Order: sequence, then structure tokens, then C-alpha cells
Amino acid sequence: MTLGYYPGCTLKSHARNLEDSAIEALKVLGVETVELERWNCCGAVYSLADDDLIHQLAPVRDLIRAKDMGLDKVMTLCSMCYNTLARANLLMRNDEAKRKTLNDFMEEESDYAGEVEVIHLLQFLKNDIGWDKLKAAVKVPLKDLNLSPYYGCTLTRPLEVSIDEAVSPTIFKEFIEALGGTYIHSDHSAECCSSYQMISNPEAAIEAASKVVRSAEDQGADALALSCPLCEYNLGKRQVDILKKHDDLKPLPTFYFSQLLAVALGVDPLICRFELNPTASLELLEEKGVVEKVSA
Amino acid sequence: MCQEAPLAEGKALAITAELIPVYIMGKKYMVPESLTIMKAMEYAGYQFVRGAGCRGGVCGACGTVYRLPGDYHIRVGLACQTVVQPEMYLTQIPFYPANRTSFVWDEIKGEAEEVYKAYPELFRCLACNACSKVCPMDIPVMDYIAAIKRGDLEKAAEISFDCIQCGLCATRCMGEMAQYHIAQMVRRMHGKFIDVPSEHCAKQVEAIKSGYYDDFMKEIMALGTLDPFKQDNVNDDVKKLKELYKARQGEPSTSENEWTPDSDYAILK
Repeated sequence: MTLGYYPGCTLKSHARNLEDSAIEALKVLGVETVELERWNCCGAVYSLADDDLIHQLAPVRDLIRAKDMGLDKVMTLCSMCYNTLARANLLMRNDEAKRKTLNDFMEEESDYAGEVEVIHLLQFLKNDIGWDKLKAAVKVPLKDLNLSPYYGCTLTRPLEVSIDEAVSPTIFKEFIEALGGTYIHSDHSAECCSSYQMISNPEAAIEAASKVVRSAEDQGADALALSCPLCEYNLGKRQVDILKKHDDLKPLPTFYFSQLLAVALGVDPLICRFELNPTASLELLEEKGVVEKVSA
Repeated sequence: MCQEAPLAEGKALAITAELIPVYIMGKKYMVPESLTIMKAMEYAGYQFVRGAGCRGGVCGACGTVYRLPGDYHIRVGLACQTVVQPEMYLTQIPFYPANRTSFVWDEIKGEAEEVYKAYPELFRCLACNACSKVCPMDIPVMDYIAAIKRGDLEKAAEISFDCIQCGLCATRCMGEMAQYHIAQMVRRMHGKFIDVPSEHCAKQVEAIKSGYYDDFMKEIMALGTLDPFKQDNVNDDVKKLKELYKARQGEPSTSENEWTPDSDYAILK
């Protein structure tokens, strides 16, 4: 099976661990990803201003590229890319006037009316692979790993692009359990990580992020599982600042969900690039016996 | 309407061509239909001090914008390559202010972050694609900016390879960046850090350093040292220079892989 794939800029630089592990894991499941031949930044943040059509050009152009390749579906890994592309897609499907304006402006491109479906990998695993089949493909169950999923804002909001039930999503729980891990509920799994506030208002950002870490730790999580490089930046790479401010918190490893998927399916940990995970993630997997310890 | 073009002094043959109207910066001129924009402008009386270089379509000095009647599209071409069309409105844009960032080349490590630091405005790209549409070399400019944004310098260097630095992309950018300068920095980084080093280039540099070409250079530099007010001296110098020029040898564009020059005045050792 082949699957059209939109990577997103960060996955080609700071979040190679998100991309490489997903592509290898999908190979194990018999799925060959086909990256868009041409693509640009998705726009990163969906513009909420009703008349701000210029910011819709970037995501719509990516969707046109997917259509031009004959794809009926395009898969994303990054939550923000998913959100921006999926919402721009709905705009093109549902708003006739804006669709015309955008198509007229991009007259050098094929006309687009939302023909391509935007999905997130978690949806693909649930709907196209199926949890049972995934469970059967697991070679190294993530037993003894207490994992708290972090949805963040963009996987489940707004309602019309939510990858699951928007209020009490279970898709991440089902995913973790299919891999043999223990699901840990956290009240803050869909609270904001602080997003770009980490740049403009770092103090408030650290407070927001610390609540996410604390909530997971309080429930007994060994690690967070997430799917967004910006969340990973705030909760993982900047965790050192959180711990400085809140010295009662312990370091909490963060994983991209695709890394957990890959190791459970027996992909070589080297491909998962744990060296890009800031907190002691690989050590945790070694300690739990998921990954064989490389003697120092 | 067929009219004889003015005869240059000493020319025996008059060239006849249909005259068509073109509007150069809004003013109407009747020019022979077979001319390029550049020659038509000269025919109309313009003299190029800037905005003309190689006249062969590779130097990028003569970027020109035009429109045709009944069509809102902005069209572009190089003045030296594009043939005039009836009723075209045109203007040359030989230069458009575009900042080029200075950096210490020896300190550059070949990382995308260095490009971001030199040209942070590249993240203002909104994918409007106006740059690609205005490129006379048909380079998908927006695509190489997108590639740089995701750190793919190799792809950006490859896509922008044909850029002739005419700068028309920068005239249209709503993000106000000078795409072609950014791409040039990337291609230089690509040449130094990513591309496979070329053996023949290193060999050639070695040959220059070893003094292999010194005598040839001295021979050329000696020309013009005699009294330039004596016409005989000038004639002799010019004659000698022509001889040297004819004797030079470069690798033919269709040569086999193994090609060796048989002249001492070979460009390639």
C-alpha cells in the first residue's frame, strides 16, 4: 500500500526523529509513504481572520500538489501541519466564494475544491490499519511503560477537524494500548503547551508547560507521547527551564508517538534518532527493556 | 506598411521590415517587427549605459517587464532575447534595490541556520508564487525558498541553478526579500560543503599556482606598453592579441570525456 505524505518543514530539520521513525514503522506495516514531489510550508498557523485569504495560499497550494499527483489522501505527522491543512481543505470544500477567489488568484495551478482528504497518522493507524492488526504486528510490546498522551490543541480542535471525539478523545489511548503500553490519563493532555508564547512571554509559557508535566507525573506517567514539534519544544527541549522553576518536578521524557510505534514494531532504535530527544528518553526505554542497552 | 530602416553609414544593404508600434515607458515608437526589445530600444534612439551586458541571454542585466493589450498578466523577458510584439507596453528594470547580507565566508559552516541569520526575511514567504511567475528563466523561485525554509539547501541550489540574478523576483515579493541573493548564498554553500569537490578544478588551481600560465600572461600584459599614439604600435598589438585569441583553445561543448588540448594556449591544462 502507498500513502501520500506531507512532511512539513520542521520534520526535515529539528524533528527528523518524528519523520524517520514514522516512515520506517509504516514500512514494517507494509505501507510505503510517497512524499509530495513539491511542497511548501503549510502556513504553520491557520489564519482565523475571515478575509485573510493570503494566508490560505500556502496550505491550499500543498493540497493542489497532492491532487496533481493523483492522491486522494495526504497523511501528516505534525499536529500543526495537520490542523492547518485540514482546515484550509474544509474552507476550499465549503466556502464557494472564497474557493473561487483563491482558485482565481492561483490561476497557474489546477483548480481545487477540497478533493484530497487530509489525515493524521493516528487516524490512518486506526481506520486503515486497525488496532488489531497493529497489535498483531508489535514485536516489542511497550510493557511496563506508563505513557501519557499529549494531544495539545491542534489534533482535536476545532471540532470539524478533530481526529477523534473532541472532548474525550481516546485514539491516543487506543494507540498506546495497541503497542502494549500502559495508558496514563492526564487532565492536561489537551491543555495548551504555551505554543509560541515561549518566545514572547517565556515566564507564562513555563507555567503553562509545567502544568502539563506535573499533571502527567502526578498520575504516574513515565513519559509523554506527542505528535507536534512545537509541543515537543515547549515540553521537551525547554523542560530544563521548567525544572529550574519547579524543583519538585522530575525530568519527564518525551517521545514522538511515531518513535514509540517504531520501537514496538522492532525498528532499529538508531533510525528513531533518540539523540534528538532532549530528556533521557532512550535511557527510559533501555531501563524498561524495550530497547537493548548499548554498553557504554 | 513596409519602410526602409535607416541606413548606417557605409552599409550597402538596406534591411526592410514591417514596422510595428511598441510603447517604451509609455511612449509610442514604430520599430521593425523582427528586432529584440533591446535592439528596438536602440533603434528608437535609446543608448544603454546600464541594462545591457552579454546580449546573449545569460548575464541578467536586461530584465524587462511588459504587458500586451487586453491581457492583465505581467509578462517578462530579457530585452536581448525577447522579440517585440505589436502594441506591447514595456520597460526595462535593469536594477531593483535588493540588500545583500555581508558575512565572513571563512566562518560559514554550511548550515541552514546561517542562511536564516543572514536573511531572516525569507520566513515572510506566504507562497503567493508571484516570484516564480515573473522569472524570465522559468525557475520555480517559490519552491527554492520553500526548500530553504525546511533546510534543504541541496534542493534549493539545484532548483535555482539557472538563476541569472536579474532580480525581477525581488520586484514582486510581498515579503520584501531578495530571493536571488538568498539563493546565491545557498549555492555557494552548496558548492563548498555539499557538492562533490571537482578534481579538475583543484588541478587547474594547482597549475595556475605552479606558474604554468605566467609566461602567457606576461606575453599579453606586454601588449599596449609601446607608445599608444603611434598607430603602428596599436595595430601590431591588436594584431597580436587577435592571434592569441584565435590560438586559444577550450574544451568543445560536444567533446568526449577524454579531451586534451593541442595548443600551448589552452584554457585547460
